[in-house]
Amino acid sequence: YSQLLFCCQFSDSAGYVGFANLPNQVHRKSVKKGFEFTLMVVGESGLGKSTLINSLFLTDLYPERYIPGAAEKIERTVQIEASTVEIEERGVKLRLTVVDTPGYGDAINSQDCFKTIIQYIDNQFERYLHDESGLNRRHIIDNRVHCCFYFISPFGHGLKPLDVEFMKALHGKVNIVPVIAKADTLTLKERERLKRRVLDEISEHGIRIYQLPDADSDEDEEFKEQTRASIPFAVIGSNQLIEVKGKKIRGRLYPWGVVEVENPEHNDFLKLRTMLVTHMQDLQEVTQDLHYENFRSERLKRTGKPVEEEVVDKDRILQQKEAELRRMQEMIAQMQAQMRMKPGDD
Amino acid sequence: PHAGPVESKNEAAMSELVPEPRQKPVVPMKPMGINANLLGYIGIDTIIEQMRKKTMKTGFDFNIMVVGQSGLGKSTLVNTLFKSQVSRKSSGWNREEKIPKTVEIKAIGHVIEEGGVKMKLTVIDTPGFGDQINNENCWEPIEKYINEQYEKFLKEEVNIARKKRIPDTRVHCCLYFISPTGHSLRPLDLEFMKHLSKVVNIIPVIAKADTMTLEEKTEFKQRVRKELEVNGIEFYPQKEFDEDLEDKTENDKIRQESMPFAVVGSDKEYQVNGKRVLGRKTPWGIIEVENLSHCEFALLRDFVIRTHLQDLKEVTHNIHYETYRAKRLNDNGGLPPMTVETEENHESNL
Repeated sequence: YSQLLFCCQFSDSAGYVGFANLPNQVHRKSVKKGFEFTLMVVGESGLGKSTLINSLFLTDLYPERYIPGAAEKIERTVQIEASTVEIEERGVKLRLTVVDTPGYGDAINSQDCFKTIIQYIDNQFERYLHDESGLNRRHIIDNRVHCCFYFISPFGHGLKPLDVEFMKALHGKVNIVPVIAKADTLTLKERERLKRRVLDEISEHGIRIYQLPDADSDEDEEFKEQTRASIPFAVIGSNQLIEVKGKKIRGRLYPWGVVEVENPEHNDFLKLRTMLVTHMQDLQEVTQDLHYENFRSERLKRTGKPVEEEVVDKDRILQQKEAELRRMQEMIAQMQAQMRMKPGDD
Repeated sequence: PHAGPVESKNEAAMSELVPEPRQKPVVPMKPMGINANLLGYIGIDTIIEQMRKKTMKTGFDFNIMVVGQSGLGKSTLVNTLFKSQVSRKSSGWNREEKIPKTVEIKAIGHVIEEGGVKMKLTVIDTPGFGDQINNENCWEPIEKYINEQYEKFLKEEVNIARKKRIPDTRVHCCLYFISPTGHSLRPLDLEFMKHLSKVVNIIPVIAKADTMTLEEKTEFKQRVRKELEVNGIEFYPQKEFDEDLEDKTENDKIRQESMPFAVVGSDKEYQVNGKRVLGRKTPWGIIEVENLSHCEFALLRDFVIRTHLQDLKEVTHNIHYETYRAKRLNDNGGLPPMTVETEENHESNL
């Protein structure tokens, strides 16, 4: 790339073709088209998911929220709720879909609670596969889940059995980013200990979480390393403004002090936000190249042929059956004729 | 409470075998204001001093159970309550240990002493509760343990040659730890408390309360109280056992305003304003465990230890245990529980 850049300076010199400009063209087209991104959010109730999402995108995605009581939760199954919001920043449009999973982990018996979630992710893949195999592919809408924030409780000692089972079932279908919210419940030491424990358990169970790609030549290697070292991110969410030293900042006011959302010494919120925003492209790519391709090959292996051939096959089978039917009808007609010609024994 | 009027011959014979329930300990009568004109000083009031001396000599048992999902700070809180290392956290338990697959009951005993008074404190922990993917009926081992202690006591009580002081392993108090989600109770919380509030004194506490701001705390407490009420859960102090108006007024205030106590525990000390305090140190401030404007730990401590300790024991003995006993006797056709006949306990019952 840097070589091409070098070439750009000599636009009129011999040998310069001009395709060095391609990235700019792609960039401009993308900006015009806008980006789509689907983020799934999974975790037990009360772990701070909604607050964090609202804080990340500086919006209120859940204006008329109703929180059910425990007795109602006893009967509830896991729901899938998708909210879409259009965010525009400096001319760049983002169509963000946040998929919530209320009911996850709430029931006394949570054995089947992620079936619904797996089904949803597969359904989006299925739809994309179908659209991709169709005749008109101009406006394929990508509703596939590009990233899943999995919320780990800050109150535990590490991963819970449910956390392990969920991640094992989904790490081959979606990019999992583990997050510890309500991190202000932990002292720094407790936070480090929890992070370490979570990482140990993730590796112990062979769980594949989303890996940050190596830094490009124009990216800050050290910053990348720091970000990587902070996973799982321990964050605090809030959209409440509190006055600290004359400035209004987002935070939580306690009798013993103020926790600042955007203070890197208080929590990893900024790291998480930066990571998400600078890796949207990569998250989409990995979803396409890894998770979707996995799904596609499994799916096609199962039916034996790609979707179109299946259709053609069906026609052929139908023709065959019709021919057979005609043959049988002819045979019957022949037999009937023969019987009429015989001298009647009945 | 007596077993009921002795009616048939059968029952008369039986009363020789089944000892009457032990009398409630003699409590000084509240001043009635009628006999104000005593001719002189008798010295009845010295009974309080006599009781105090007796208690100091014999010491007393207190058994406290903690129930809640792993990581809610149960062990730390118990250590903080009794200002000593009395939980399983301090007796060889490694926090990195795997969560057990079924609920285990672990009882650890310590003798702690204060002001010449000895307390034999037993902390009963319940690791594994609520931690599995399928938590159906995970309260059963706990209910079983509690009933087993009643059974143990009952067997000792019906012995002909009884011990002078029956060792009391019955659970006097069960602290139930509610996760500070800020939303509502969880289905498991309701199920546990519904089942167990009938056999033991349950005191619900909101754990790790430093995760909530003051507003969030107030709202959550209100919400939890409402849910408990709507679902008919009678936590300690139970309304039906208020003995008189004074009790009722005091307990009403606790039931309707203070409980469930939103607590924070810690066994680490820090220097704040020149004093050593128990607390938690964060980059944005130090949370002082015993500071009432930070959390309600001090209220819980005073409630359980300084004001209602004796009452917790009495309600356990006079209500929960008696309920168990009556049921056992009824099931057995009015006879005391049968034990396996061996030479040793042949004398114990018929």
